[in-house]
Amino acid sequence: MRPNQPVLAVESLRTHFDTRAGVLKAVDDVSFQVAPGQVLGLVGESGSGKTVTGFSIIGLVDPPGRVAGGKVLFKGEDLVGASEERLRGLRGDRVAMIFQDPMMTLNPVLRVDTQMIEAIQAHDPKVDRKAALIRARDALGRVGIPSPDERLKAYPHQFSGGMRQRVAIAIALLNKPDLIIADEPTTALDVTIQGQILYEVQKLCRETGAALIWITHDLSVVAGLADAVCVMYAGRIVESGSVDDVLDRPMHPYTAGLIGSVPSRNRRGSKLAQIPGMTPSLLNLPQGCAFRTRCSHAQPGCAVEPPITQPVPGRTLRCFHPVGLAHAHA
Amino acid sequence: MLVYLIRRLLQSAVVLLVMSMLVFLGVFAIGDPIEILINPQADQAEIARARNALGLDLPLWEQYARFLVNAATGDLGRSFVHNIPAIDLIFQRMPATLELAITATLMGVVLGVPLGMWAGLKPNSMVGKSIMAGSILGFSLPTFWVGLMLIMIFAVQLGWLPSTGRGETRSVLGIQLSILTLDGLSHIALPALNLALFKLSLVIRLARAGTREAVLQDYVKFARAKGLAQKRVVWVHVFKNILIPIVTVLGLELGTTIAFAVVTETIFAWPGMGKLIIDSINLLDRPVVVAYLMIIVFMFIFINFAVDLVYSVLDPRVRLSDAKA
Repeated sequence: MRPNQPVLAVESLRTHFDTRAGVLKAVDDVSFQVAPGQVLGLVGESGSGKTVTGFSIIGLVDPPGRVAGGKVLFKGEDLVGASEERLRGLRGDRVAMIFQDPMMTLNPVLRVDTQMIEAIQAHDPKVDRKAALIRARDALGRVGIPSPDERLKAYPHQFSGGMRQRVAIAIALLNKPDLIIADEPTTALDVTIQGQILYEVQKLCRETGAALIWITHDLSVVAGLADAVCVMYAGRIVESGSVDDVLDRPMHPYTAGLIGSVPSRNRRGSKLAQIPGMTPSLLNLPQGCAFRTRCSHAQPGCAVEPPITQPVPGRTLRCFHPVGLAHAHA
Repeated sequence: MLVYLIRRLLQSAVVLLVMSMLVFLGVFAIGDPIEILINPQADQAEIARARNALGLDLPLWEQYARFLVNAATGDLGRSFVHNIPAIDLIFQRMPATLELAITATLMGVVLGVPLGMWAGLKPNSMVGKSIMAGSILGFSLPTFWVGLMLIMIFAVQLGWLPSTGRGETRSVLGIQLSILTLDGLSHIALPALNLALFKLSLVIRLARAGTREAVLQDYVKFARAKGLAQKRVVWVHVFKNILIPIVTVLGLELGTTIAFAVVTETIFAWPGMGKLIIDSINLLDRPVVVAYLMIIVFMFIFINFAVDLVYSVLDPRVRLSDAKA
C-alpha cells in the first residue's frame, strides 16, 4: 500500500431497497475517500442515507436492501461482491463499527468479557482465553473504564449509557482496525458524556492511526472533530470538502440552510432560520435536484439532475446555482 | 435471595391450603361414595359401620380438619377402593407419566427450537413457510385423532412400533423406566410423539417470533459487525435471548402434560396416573382424587419455582430478590 493511498475509496456507490412501492434509492451515486488517520464527517438529516452508506461499506445491508452498484475499495480491494467469508474476516478486524444506541448494541444476556473475547477469537482463533482477556481488559482501560478487571465480569445493564458506549468503542478497537465507522455514537448520550466520548475517540484514532468515518446530523460535532465533510441529502452527497471550507463557505443551498439553522450567539433575539418543507420520501423524490422543492435558489433548470462538479480544488458540489460562489472565487 | 425463598415458601403454603379446601369441598359435592363402594344388599347397620370406618359420618369440617392434620405428616388418606395409602397408589403410577411427559416435552424443545429459529431466520423461504404451516396443523389437529392415526400408520400398517403398554423397563433407584431399554423406547415413541406434537407447534411459534424480533435488534447487527460467524450469532446471541418465553410456556406445559395426559395414556394404554385419576373419579375414591390433585398443585408450584430460577440464570437482569413472585 502506498502511503498516500486512501484506506477507503467509495466510488459511485448505490444501495437500493426493493419495496412493494418501488425501488428506494437509499444511497445514490455516492463517492468519497478517507486517508489513514483522517476523520471524515458524513452529515445529513434522518433518512438521508448516511447510515445505510456505513452498512453498505461492510456489507451489512439487510434485505430487502442490496448494493446495486459502485465500488467500495478498501485498501484497493473491492468489497462489493466480495465473499461473505471475506467480509466477515474484515468486519471487526480491519473495519470496525460503532452504533448509535449504546443501550441496544451490547447483548443483554452475555457478560462483557464474553462479548469482547469472541470479537478477538473470531479473527484469531489461536488466541487463548487468557490472552484474550488481557487484551480485553487493556482495551477497557484505554477507553477510560475504571477497574476494568472487575467490569469485565459485569453484564451490560450494570453500565450506564456512556459507559456502555465506551465498552462498544473498546470492542471496536480490540483488533486495531484500519477504519472505524461510527454511526452517531454520541446522539443517544448526554452532552457532557458526548464531549468525553468525542475526545476519547479522537485520541484513540490519533494513537492507532485509524481512519474514522463519523456519521452524524450534528454539524457542531463535525466542526470540532472532522478533517473533511460530506453532506448528504436524499441519498446523494450534495457537497464535500475540508471542514473549514464547507462550514465557513458553504456552496450548496442545503448546506447553507443546515448551517443557518444551528443556533448561534451572534444572532440572539432573531428567529432561528429553518429549511422550509420536509425531507421528501425517497420513493417520491423530485426529479433532478432532490432539494429543489425546498430551495430558495431553485430555477426551472434544476429539474435536470445536477452533475458532480469541482468548483474549487478539493471540493465537490452537486448544484447549478451555488450560494456565495462569487465569494469563493474571490 | 433468602428472603425471596421464605416469601415464596409461605405463598406456596397458602396456595396449597386454599387448593386443599377447594378440592375437598368439590369432591364432597360430587356425592356419597358409600353408595358405590358397598354391596347393594348390605343392611343399614353394615352401611353405618362402613361409613364410620371411612370417617364419612363426621361433619365436613371435621373430615377436613382430620385430613389436614394427617396431610401435615405426609398421610393423604387411604384409597377406599384399594385400601392402600392413596399416595402409594399415585407414586406407583407416577414414573410412567413423568417419563412420558418429560420425553414429550424434550422432543418438543429439541425439534421445536431449531425449526422455529430456522423459520424465524428465513421467514420467506419455502422451508420456513412449510414449518409454519406444519405448526398450524400441530395446533389444530385433536390429540386423540392424531394418536389414532399414529397407531394406524406406525403400528397397524407399517408394524414398526408397538401401540400399547410400556414395554420392558429397567429399574433405577427403585423407579421403573422405559427409556433405558430398546424395547421400552419403541413403546414410548408413539405416545410421546403424540403428546409432543402440540408442544412442538407451540415451541416453533415462540422460537420463530423470538428470533424474528431478535434479529432486528442492534446487538445482533453489532455481533455481525464484530465479524462473528453466522453460527455463533445465531446460537449464542439470538438463542440465549429467545429462551425466556420458551421456558415459561414449557414449564406450564410440562405441568399440564403430567397432570392431564389422560387422553394419550388411554389411547396407548400407558399405565400412568391419568388412567388412575379417571377410575378414581368414577368410583368416587375421594382420598385418591384429593391426594392426586394436591400432588399436582404441589408439582405446579415446584415447576413455577424452577422456571423462576431458570430465568435468573438465563437473564442476568432478572434478580430474584426484587421479583414479586
